[in-house]
Order: sequence, then C-alpha cells, then structure tokens
Amino acid sequence: MEVRQSRTVGPAVDSADARLVRALRDGDEAAFARLVERWTPTMLAVANSCVPSRAVAEDVVQETWLAVLTGLHRFEGRSRLRTWVFSILVNIARSRGARERRSVPFSALSYDETAPTVAADRFLPSGDEWAGHWSAPPLAWDLPESAALSGEIRSRLRAALDALPARQRAVVQLRDVLGLDPGEVCELLGLEPGNQRVLLHRGRARLRQALEDYMNEART
Amino acid sequence: MTRGTDIDCNELVEIVTDYLEGTLDADIHRRVTEHLDQCDGCDAYVEQMRETVRLAGTLRQDELRPEMRDRLLAAFRGWRTDTTPSA
Repeated sequence: MEVRQSRTVGPAVDSADARLVRALRDGDEAAFARLVERWTPTMLAVANSCVPSRAVAEDVVQETWLAVLTGLHRFEGRSRLRTWVFSILVNIARSRGARERRSVPFSALSYDETAPTVAADRFLPSGDEWAGHWSAPPLAWDLPESAALSGEIRSRLRAALDALPARQRAVVQLRDVLGLDPGEVCELLGLEPGNQRVLLHRGRARLRQALEDYMNEART
Repeated sequence: MTRGTDIDCNELVEIVTDYLEGTLDADIHRRVTEHLDQCDGCDAYVEQMRETVRLAGTLRQDELRPEMRDRLLAAFRGWRTDTTPSA
C-alpha cells in the first residue's frame, strides 16, 4: 500500500486554501458546511484528548469554529488552513480541559496504562504446567456484516468508547473510527509513536472486552 | 502438541497491537505468528481485535451529530449577518 504523505504542501494546496478562505469570507454557507463535515469529526476526537466528555468536546469545537470565523481576516496563509484551525482547537481544548480540572498529562503514562489489558484470572497461574496460557480463552464471535449490525452492538460499542480515558478515546477515534494513519494521529495529538500504540492498544482492548461481554450475554 | 513457543498467551495479548501495526522485530513477529498457528485462544483474541477495529469504523457516521451540524451552520449565519450585513 502506498504511504500517504501527511504534509503535502504545494501550490495546488495553497490555492485550494486561498479559495476556501475567500469563500468563507464571502459568506458561502455551502463551503462552510463542507468544511464542517470534513474536519469536525477529527476536531471532536482531538478535543476529546483534553476534556472529560463528548458534550464538552462539542462545546470546544463550536467555540473553535467561531474563533476561526471571527479570526479569518487574520489568516495570512503562512500555514495550511487546517494547521491553523487545529492550533486554535488545541489551545481552546487545553484551556477548557484545565478549567474542568481534568487536564490530562500529555507525556507520562499513568498507572492505568501499564496494567494488564486482559484480566489475570483468564490465564493459568504460575506453578501450573501451562502457566500464562489461557484458562478462559475467548469464544469465537458470530457477527453479522457491518451493514446488518444491530443498533444494540453499536450503542454498546459507542458507550465503551465514550467511557475510555481521554487520550485512549482520542487515539481510538482517530485511528479506528476515522481511519487516520499513525503519523497523522501522532502529529495531531503530539504523541510519540510508541505512546500512540500503547494508547491504541489499551483502548482497543477495552472495546474488545465490551463486545465480548455483550456476546456472552447474548449466549446465555 | 508441543509448546513450541516462548511467548505465553498473557504476553501475546499485550503485543497484539504492535503485531497488527507491524512494528515488532522480525523475530518476535515470527514467534507471534507461530504461536497463533498453534493456539486457538490467542488466534480468537487477535481476530476479535481485528473485528473490534472494523466495528469501531461503523461508528464514524455518528461522530458529527446532526444537531451539532445545525448549530454550527446557525453560528455561521449569525457570523455572516454580523460581518457582511449586505450579504
């Protein structure tokens, strides 16, 4: 698969930005709507890394769009429009996160990020001939294709996603929900690649567990 | 059945994401693949992690709630009225 360049800067891109800015300044609502559709999901996920809930993330993103519009006359095209918008977003999200007194440290791993992701009692204890091997292995799932997926599974998964610690939630949203590549996610969230993978792994493991719980309930 | 592997299941589950991301050393990657060939539990676990990723992708459509989209468009109209009264 071809590797995507996350920082393609060229005349075509710059002029696309310039056209977009002009359209917004001219009050082109369709252009704004397209931009909102394209960027808002990513903005929500990035905001999520700093604030405690989806509702607060939505506030942050709305505030960001307003700041973008009112500051548009100051945008001089020295950076990409997207870069500029996301820098405004991160500033607003961090100050809101601090205000919520739930500000999340961006570097150190918390205790939660070093504990096992699968319950220890699902493996045979030390002393057993097969110590460290499954005692309660996962049972195969029988899932329908995405299109036929029940609303129940989706809402359980959504609840599990919303319940993740802020940074895990942000990484899983960007990587798995929105399909961004690892490099883009590291750049957006200011993460080292290894740390990004740890957060992704922990988040995915919790979502898998939520799905397994659901499957087990459905079996009984 | 021989054990034939030096990665235990409880270790393997912690490197699944590195495995799927292709960031493990070639040697460890090979040992994980060999383990998966012999171990139904871990094979199911890895498959479920893949399924989890696939299912997470189906949440994409709910990311931007219609109410929020409407709120943003209303904000845009408010801004336009304030800045370009002639528009």
